[in-house]
Amino acid sequence: MMERYDIHRSIPAILLALMVAATIFYAFVEVGFGEPEVDKEDSVSNRFISNSTQETGSSNFVTAVVVNYRGFDTLGEVTVLFLASAGMGAIVSALPAGDKRKRPIPPSLILTAGTRLVLPLIILFGAYVFVHGHLSPGGGFQGGVIIASGLLLYIVIFPEWKAPHKALALSESLAGLSFAGIGIIGLAVGGIFLDNVISGLGEAGMLVSAGLIPLIYIAIGIKVGAEMTGLVARMKGGDA
Amino acid sequence: MEVTELVVYGSILLLAAVGIWGILSRRNLIKLILSLTILETAVNLLLVSVGYISGRSAPIVNGDTGLDGSPIGEIVDPLPQALVLTAIVIGLATTAIALIVAVGYYRSTGTLELKSWSYGLTNEKEVRK
Repeated sequence: MMERYDIHRSIPAILLALMVAATIFYAFVEVGFGEPEVDKEDSVSNRFISNSTQETGSSNFVTAVVVNYRGFDTLGEVTVLFLASAGMGAIVSALPAGDKRKRPIPPSLILTAGTRLVLPLIILFGAYVFVHGHLSPGGGFQGGVIIASGLLLYIVIFPEWKAPHKALALSESLAGLSFAGIGIIGLAVGGIFLDNVISGLGEAGMLVSAGLIPLIYIAIGIKVGAEMTGLVARMKGGDA
Repeated sequence: MEVTELVVYGSILLLAAVGIWGILSRRNLIKLILSLTILETAVNLLLVSVGYISGRSAPIVNGDTGLDGSPIGEIVDPLPQALVLTAIVIGLATTAIALIVAVGYYRSTGTLELKSWSYGLTNEKEVRK
């Protein structure tokens, strides 16, 4: 069915959208754009920027905040992602079976050969991004999503491929457990859950530095990669 | 008002307006979910732009900013960026759930249009066509 351009519905929607946009504009025009608020001594960001290189050893301040200062929050975030993935599995198993359409046109040789060539490189790049999360832009979430995007390409090109849901669930659970386990190491040694007990290890700016941050980001990367792959494979349907 | 400020706030307002308009006026489930993510992008962009400081670089220390000592005065605020990272992940989770509900709607009704959700403004027969 073609979606008609419904003028009755659009005019109030446009008016409301403009009102909300104007409200945002008036709320934030006073905030000041690009002003150095961090330079104030009593701001939280100032505390983070001043001390995070010494305290965490991470070159990337966003990583230091996400994994070290707000590590507990990140554990909750990973839990939300797990819940979404588990909830999707539950919904999929309750869905009526999709209608079996006729087989799509098989992909050409260029697509299949190209996918086989590119997939390992995408996975390697994803692993690079989450291993270097404390040194460069990126981290566990971004690397995991890159890996899942590579597998999404594989699922699109080879629709017959059955995703190994059990192996994905296993690696996801193990990665989640190791994140919590690293937190408990901090509790046992330093007395604080997720305490970065070996932050002094290595030289700042090198691959082996920032203590437990790279280990946590590797766990997050594997977890997010497995979760996203399972999610995308479930979205395809057929193997609910 | 600088050009950067104009461009950034302009994009935020445009994205927010498009997202709200899409949520209110579209009946296709995929378009609804897309509008939701567009609105989410506007909020994320707004949060990141609050932490922006003119003329400063990304919050990563390297050879230029010095590996030790504090780079105060050289980098932008990392805290909003970390918060937005969380917001993006949560947004992804909700989008995934919304999409799988859309798959279920499609499998049980054979369409992605929200037929009965017509606010009484559209004739039911016309929608069924």
